[in-house]
Amino acid sequence: MSRAALLVLADGRFPAGGHAHSGGAEAAVKAGRVTGAASLEAFCRGRLHTSGLVAAALAAAAALGVDPAALDEAADARTPSPALRIAARRLGRQMMRAARATWPHPELDALARRFPKGAHQPVVLGLTARAAGLAAEDAAYCSAYEGISGPATATVRLLSLDPFDATAVLARLVPDLDRVAREAVAAARRAAEEGPEALPAASAPLLEIGAEAHAAWPVRLFAS
Amino acid sequence: MTVDLAPRGRTRPGSGAGLRATARAVACADGRGGTALPVLDGEGPLALRRTRSTGPAARVTLVGAMSGPLGGDHLTVEVAAREGAALRIGSAAATLALPGQARETARYDVRLTVAEGAELHWLPEQLISVCDSDLRVTTRAEVAAGGRLVLREEQVLGRTGEAPGRLTSRLTVRYAQAPLLDQELSCGPGAPGGWDGPAVLAGYGALGQLIVVRPEFERHKPQAAPLGEWGALTPLAGPGVLVTVVAPDALRVRRMLDEALRDLT
Repeated sequence: MSRAALLVLADGRFPAGGHAHSGGAEAAVKAGRVTGAASLEAFCRGRLHTSGLVAAALAAAAALGVDPAALDEAADARTPSPALRIAARRLGRQMMRAARATWPHPELDALARRFPKGAHQPVVLGLTARAAGLAAEDAAYCSAYEGISGPATATVRLLSLDPFDATAVLARLVPDLDRVAREAVAAARRAAEEGPEALPAASAPLLEIGAEAHAAWPVRLFAS
Repeated sequence: MTVDLAPRGRTRPGSGAGLRATARAVACADGRGGTALPVLDGEGPLALRRTRSTGPAARVTLVGAMSGPLGGDHLTVEVAAREGAALRIGSAAATLALPGQARETARYDVRLTVAEGAELHWLPEQLISVCDSDLRVTTRAEVAAGGRLVLREEQVLGRTGEAPGRLTSRLTVRYAQAPLLDQELSCGPGAPGGWDGPAVLAGYGALGQLIVVRPEFERHKPQAAPLGEWGALTPLAGPGVLVTVVAPDALRVRRMLDEALRDLT
């Protein structure tokens, strides 16, 4: 595996469209649930251990070579909010475009053909890691990290939060990131043996509820 | 066909300190447009009673014959609605997850199967996670193509003014052998970080989920809709709809779920 490939994939400037999404932060800010660095940290920690863990496990499983169509179906079952399913597929399609240009691979081509409107983003991310010669652990870290860096960056814009404070929030979540990546890889290995039902299904009710409220707004800064 | 109304009352001590008990119900078409219950078996703290019903559906009430589940207990409820059967199951009272003398995790497993052309309503009262309790719930519904399911789950985090216990609840619904919904909620002391924070429960003390599965939803599903600031109606990727509600108390959760169910039927 190449550590440099991980840096390319994990770079916030990797052209996969993530900057247009707040990971639920915009809805939480509007509802008054995220008001500063402390509540941003609680938000990110909750997100990391729920939808973040699920996404990281899906990405790790895809990197291990588990059937991406079965993973996509598992992702659908773990995402009751249609607004979040649409966002995940839109992001998956953008990630796919960037991935095929960066690390051409027949498995990426096959997934793109099977899901012309986009597969769930973590599945595409995991397969991209595989195409780049990265390990399941790398895919899990990459997915888990972007699941909290997105909301943190968005909150800087939404609340004019000091970027230093936002980065300090991410740094404080490092031990949680390590734990989630480890859990995600262990679950992905189980899924490779037993099938996708062995993947975690941790849910965050207010992310799902907030996503539907957010999708109904006439004007918003972020797509989700 | 005989209808077994009496609980067998067997209580086997499990291998650990806790109690193991299983309740079973099987419903099938009685050939006269109604539903028969060839199996209705309770055990220990789980008793099943056939209750009066109007209409073709059979009604069964799950009666808590003892308190529990306590730490270390392992309770299982298995319900099957066979082809053409219509069964509605409720419970007589809320279930209290309580701490036991053994500081072990209690387990409560619900297994529902719905055949083609069958309809099952699983509408128990709330599960209350009492301070210092530790319970793992798994609810698994397997709905065959052409089957219908209405399922409600409500969790209350602690009795009034009390901190909650530890609760993990996984809900898995499959339709036509494919996953339809898979969700797990973990809360209380020792749960992964952030469960009480703004992304997950934000300090609210009660939550509920209502899932409605119908073959007609393959063609046409209700549209997604926010339900106030605390809830949402979400059409799933398959033929099902999920209503999720998070609220300060169980009463408000129930009101919102009841209203959503009325609108869906």
